[in-house]
This record gives sequence, C-alpha cells and structure tokens, in this order.
Amino acid sequence: MSAADKPEETRADEKTLDADAKVDLDAVFEASRIQEVFDQLDHDLVGLKPVKTRIREIAALLLVDHVRRQFDLASDSPTLHMCFTGNPGTGKTTVAERMADILHKLDYIREGHLVSVTRDDLVGQYIGHTAPKTKEVIKRAMGGVLFIDEAYYLYRPENERDYGQESIEILLQVMENNRDDLVVILAGYKDRMDRFFESNPGFRSRIAHHIDFPDYRADELESIGELMMNEENYHFSDDARQAFSEYIERRMRQPHFANARSIRNALDRMRLRQAKRLFEARGSITKSDLITIQADDVRASRVFDEPVDGEAGA
Amino acid sequence: MRITQGTFSFLPDLTDEQIKKQVKYCLDNGWAVSLEYTDDPHPRNTYWEMYGQPMFDLRDPAGLMMDLEECRKTYPKHYIRVTAFDSTHQWETPRLSFIVNRPPEEPGFRLKRQEQEGRKVRYTIDSYASDQPEGQRY
Ligand SMILES: Nc1ncnc2c1ncn2[C@@H]1O[C@H](COP(=O)(O)OP(=O)(O)OP(=O)(O)O)[C@@H](O)[C@H]1O
Ligand SMILES: [Mg+2]
Repeated sequence: MSAADKPEETRADEKTLDADAKVDLDAVFEASRIQEVFDQLDHDLVGLKPVKTRIREIAALLLVDHVRRQFDLASDSPTLHMCFTGNPGTGKTTVAERMADILHKLDYIREGHLVSVTRDDLVGQYIGHTAPKTKEVIKRAMGGVLFIDEAYYLYRPENERDYGQESIEILLQVMENNRDDLVVILAGYKDRMDRFFESNPGFRSRIAHHIDFPDYRADELESIGELMMNEENYHFSDDARQAFSEYIERRMRQPHFANARSIRNALDRMRLRQAKRLFEARGSITKSDLITIQADDVRASRVFDEPVDGEAGA
Repeated sequence: MRITQGTFSFLPDLTDEQIKKQVKYCLDNGWAVSLEYTDDPHPRNTYWEMYGQPMFDLRDPAGLMMDLEECRKTYPKHYIRVTAFDSTHQWETPRLSFIVNRPPEEPGFRLKRQEQEGRKVRYTIDSYASDQPEGQRY
C-alpha cells in the first residue's frame, strides 16, 4: 500500500521523525490543551480522586501514543471501552459526559457526543426487533461515546429466550470491530456489574478500564452542595451552612441516600422553601434576599424529624 | 456500459474513504443520509428501494458505513446509492446523491426506434438487464 491510499491516520504535517530525534513532551502537552480540561474537571467535580487519576493516565497514554506515531512506531490505537461502577449519585453519568469531551479533545473520537441508553433503547419486544434497535443506537453513537446505564439489565438469565442476549452479541462485535469509531462505557452498581461480567466474560475482556466511583464523604458532599448553589447563584447564610452540614450528616444515615443526587434534590427543596418564605413575607426584597438560603429553609426538612440509624426509635 | 447517475458518477468509483468524506460533508450540512438500492438501472427509475430508515440522528459517517457494509452483503450486485435529504423548511428535498455500489457487469441499454406515420421516429431505451425478472438481473 502506498502512502497516498493509506487511511488518514497521520496528518500531512506529521512527517516520520528520525530515530534520534527529540520530541518536547511539554510542548505536546501544551498543544493538546488538555490541562484546561483537567482544571475544569477539578473545578467542576469534587473528590473522585481515583476517577481523575485514571483520566490523567488515559490522557498520558494517548499523548504518548501520538508521539510514538510521529516516530512511526506502529501500534493499534488503545482500547478505551470502560466500565463505571458505583452507588447512585456518585457522578457516573456526569463523568461519562466529560469523558466524551475529553476523548474528543485528545483526538481519540471524532465527534465527542454522548449517546446515553438503557436496556429499553437497545432491546426489542419481539423477534427481529432487537437487532435493528441496537444497531440504530450504535449508528447514532458512532464518532462518540455510547453510555449504557445499568448494563446488567441486558442480561436476564432467568429467561433463556431473552432478546437482551442478541443485543449483547451485537455490542460485543462492535466493541471489537469498531474500536476506532466509538467508545462504549457501561455503568451500574458494583456487585451487579461483577455478576454481569461473570456471565458475560466477553464484555469484561473488551473493557480496558474498570473505574470505581467511591461514595462521597460528608465534607465532599458539603463542597458539592456549595458548588451547586454557586452555579445557580444562591448562597448559604452562616447559620444555614451549619444547618446544611447537619442535614448531610443525618441524610447520609437515612435510607435511599443517593450521594450527590440527594444533595441536588435537597437544594431544590430548599430553594422552594426560600421562595415560599419570601413570597409569604411580601413587602420589598433585595438582591441579597433572593440569593440567600436561611437556616430555616434547611431545617424545615423532614430529614430533621426522622430518626436516623443508630438513634433510639430507628 | 457504465451508468452515470448522481454526483461524481463520471469519476472512477469512490473508495470507502472517499465515501466517508462525502457523507461527512452531508452530515456537516445537517442533511440526513439514507441508503437506497435497485437493480433497474433506467435513468427514469427515481424510486429506489430504501435500505433501512433515513439516518436522521447520525453524527459520524461510520454509522452509514456499517449499514452500507450490510447492504452490500445482501445486494452485492445491485446499484446502491447514498441520498442526502435536507429537511430545512422549503428545501425538504434530497440535496445530493451518489452511487456507492454497482454490478460487476453492466450490459447497458438497447435503443428502440419506433417508426410512426410520416417519417416520425420515437426513441426509447431499455436496459438489457431488465429483461430478467427483478432480483435476477445481475
Ligand atoms: N463530584 C461531583 N461534584 C459535583 N457534582 C457532582 C459530583 N458527582 C455528582 N454530581 C452531581 O450529582 C448529580 C448526580 O450525578 P450522576 O447523575 O452523574 O450520578 P450517577 O452515578 O450517574 O447516578 P445513578 O447511578 O443513579 O445513575 C448530578 O447532578 C451531578 O452534577
Ligand atoms: Mg446515572
């Protein structure tokens, strides 16, 4: 094959370098503008240390790969299918969206969009329905990231005729053959995901990165709350901040706690109570009134009435 | 006789890389691409069969290539074309179409002359391939 009809992997400005040539990695790093992405990530997402570390590793891998290609060191582009495991509200969906953007900035995927699906989008209702449905989704995701939330629902061992299996087989094939065209990210709870992989070893072996999302600590949840507040142009009074901190302590020990999502929901309700309070007081209000969440807006939550685990009467 | 219909049909057949670039151009313009096939090469045959649905949500040509690969497997000797549809108000029409697969042998067309009263002659063309029933033409 002559250089001319080789698929366009290397760009015109990238001539093969001599074996003893030197490449300035700092410059490569600088040019990729990936630092901006890291900074943004640190700013927008509280905690998530293991996740951020892995993202940096992937970025390093792709940059080094890029330089290797300049020396004409052949290697397949690395597989970047991933699996995100973690409890509800630990940021899996949020990170998946970022991942699409990051991989696009690193030139790994061509478009950088995220197509987010669950079983219902992939699996059909009758014979012959599943394959076109799954393929339709895959086609839409080409050039970007396909995010499959709660992927284990694809596999229903109790029903051996389940159409989910058909979808799994198509996905496996695409993950293998179209590695240059899309990145697949599976997400779900750790134990169920592990069981899913046990029954579908093909999936596990095609996934290069298993990333676990830890639960947030109380102080992290506080920062997340603060961040969400600022984004919406609200802020806590000092008393309210104290109350919010107590709120988190209590909420964490109650059932159906969903990490950052519970925080977001709590904030929505606080805004509701603030609005009600302002409205009922009537009269004139200031900008500062509109911005400030007071302790009462927090303490009116029923989280403060309900007993928590370990307290008498739980 | 190699038939020429649609964009670029006077050029040598497009390679897959070239098809991808052309599809990318369509997608960047916001047009929805779709695949159509036929084994009736008559130039007035405008209604080809659709292969699957028009791809309205596609972002990247790889999606179309996946279907094209399947379509070529199913109809290796048919004509297959990509059509790009512009749904913008008042366009609402195909903006571009080009052939992406053709039969290995194209026997061409017979020219028929029908002599009429006076010295009038009506001309019509008829493809040799369509002497055979649908599905057995190439
Ligand atoms: N580290 C974080 N910093 C700031 N906000 C966060 C962080 N993690 C999650 N959030 C916010 O919490 C909410 C829930 O996150 P997300 O939807 O990503 O969780 P999830 O892990 O996908 O949950 P589920 O398993 O229930 O689908 C979102 O609004 C997101 O913006
Ligand atoms: Mg989610």
